[in-house]
Amino acid sequence: MSGVRVLVGTHKGAFILTSDGKRSTWNVSGPFFGGWEVYHMKGSTVDPNRLYASQTSSWFGQIIQRSDDGGKTWFQPGTKPGEPTTGPDGMPLAESNKFVYDTSPGTGKPLTTHQWYDGTQHPWEFKRVWHLEPSYSDPNTVYAGVEDAALFRTTDGGQTWHELAGLRGHGTGAQWMPGAGGMGLHTILIDQKNPNRMFIAISAAGVFRTDDGGRTWKPANRGLKSQYIPDPNAEVGHCVHRIAMHPSRPDVLFMQKHWDVMRSDDAGESWHEVSGNLPSDFGFVVDVHAHEPNTVYVIPIKSDSEHFPPDGKLRVYRSRSGGNEWEALTKGLPQSDCFVNVLRDAMAVDSLDSCGIYFGTTGGQVYMSADGGDTWSAIVRDLPAVFSVEVQTLP
Amino acid sequence: MIRVVLPYHLQRLAQTDAEVQITVDGAVTTRTVLDALEVRYPMLRGTIRDHVTAQRRPFLRFFVCGKDISLESSDLPLPEKVASGEEVFLILGAIAGG
Repeated sequence: MSGVRVLVGTHKGAFILTSDGKRSTWNVSGPFFGGWEVYHMKGSTVDPNRLYASQTSSWFGQIIQRSDDGGKTWFQPGTKPGEPTTGPDGMPLAESNKFVYDTSPGTGKPLTTHQWYDGTQHPWEFKRVWHLEPSYSDPNTVYAGVEDAALFRTTDGGQTWHELAGLRGHGTGAQWMPGAGGMGLHTILIDQKNPNRMFIAISAAGVFRTDDGGRTWKPANRGLKSQYIPDPNAEVGHCVHRIAMHPSRPDVLFMQKHWDVMRSDDAGESWHEVSGNLPSDFGFVVDVHAHEPNTVYVIPIKSDSEHFPPDGKLRVYRSRSGGNEWEALTKGLPQSDCFVNVLRDAMAVDSLDSCGIYFGTTGGQVYMSADGGDTWSAIVRDLPAVFSVEVQTLP
Repeated sequence: MIRVVLPYHLQRLAQTDAEVQITVDGAVTTRTVLDALEVRYPMLRGTIRDHVTAQRRPFLRFFVCGKDISLESSDLPLPEKVASGEEVFLILGAIAGG
């Protein structure tokens, strides 16, 4: 019987929630990597037992963890327990947590600074991995979006990582600047029909697209309007919080921006606003129904600094028309005195016949709906603050 | 034999007890101790010192014989009591924050 595995990254470790296809009873395992921030976990679609996790700490830096058994056991790629800890030349293994910006003249047009909050130039400094996106064709190939914003790739199952330096080096990198949460590359979307095409998003630089597998990039922000930057229509500098696509329709993108829900029908060449009747067009998450490419979900949040649901009501909004007309989904969600946030990587969908929608909150709840959002219940209520939620649909 | 005491999270990462024992060939300095530690426990590379610059991570400090040596040159010889294993090389995380 089919089932689901929900991968939850939190402020204090990782948790794995599993259920059968009914999604009515759940098993909770974890915490894994207790005490560490787990920004993101994601599994390979080619080999669902292959999972990757980003484990980070302001004290001890970045660790990449990998599981080959669906999350039961974990290891740092290259240092599997029992294996030699040094190579034949005596050098240590465990390069898996090493993310070093490409400064080679041949590939990187090496960039050393970006814009700081006060407008001065600031050195590029690696801080952490925000998002891990496995390839759809090879479980050993994974893309990593990092802070300070850059894109890395491994092709050996996470043992070594190399920057795709054409992104930072394409020309606008020196203008990028961090948002309040840092300058993170947080979204990586791979066109499953054409893997050479990818979209990434950076706070606060915007969306960028490659059509050659990551070698060259161009900004894809035309149509975005951000009143909080000097030129509201600038080529870069927009605080894009999240973008989403349906795999069957890769030219159609949805975006939750720092203010405004946007849509593109031409693979990011241009964007138009579809906020419509939302009570707030600020928010972080956006996702698309697994079987209905025009059904989109967002969770409105107040801003600029409050970052909790309007009126203390936690409401998911669903549009069945690809935007503009939105309905509030409230059954099973707290409708008074709720002041949690839902962070940008904390919503996901499964692909069972009746599409399941999942999201996690900074209050530690993971909510799910097994009926496309009509009714909701909490799988767990008392985890640490949730950073990310991913779902695997298992055979 | 050099005795190194690790903070809790690094113990878990390296799957060790609090104290680990390593050997250093030649001069015993902060750099050679950490080099030897990372050879023995490669999963600790990058967690104590930056991968590229080899600079101490900001929230960590090093103590020997009751003295904070975090800001001293990593190439200075460590006290004989550390080199002989009588005293430990202590790595501490800053007590701060969530």
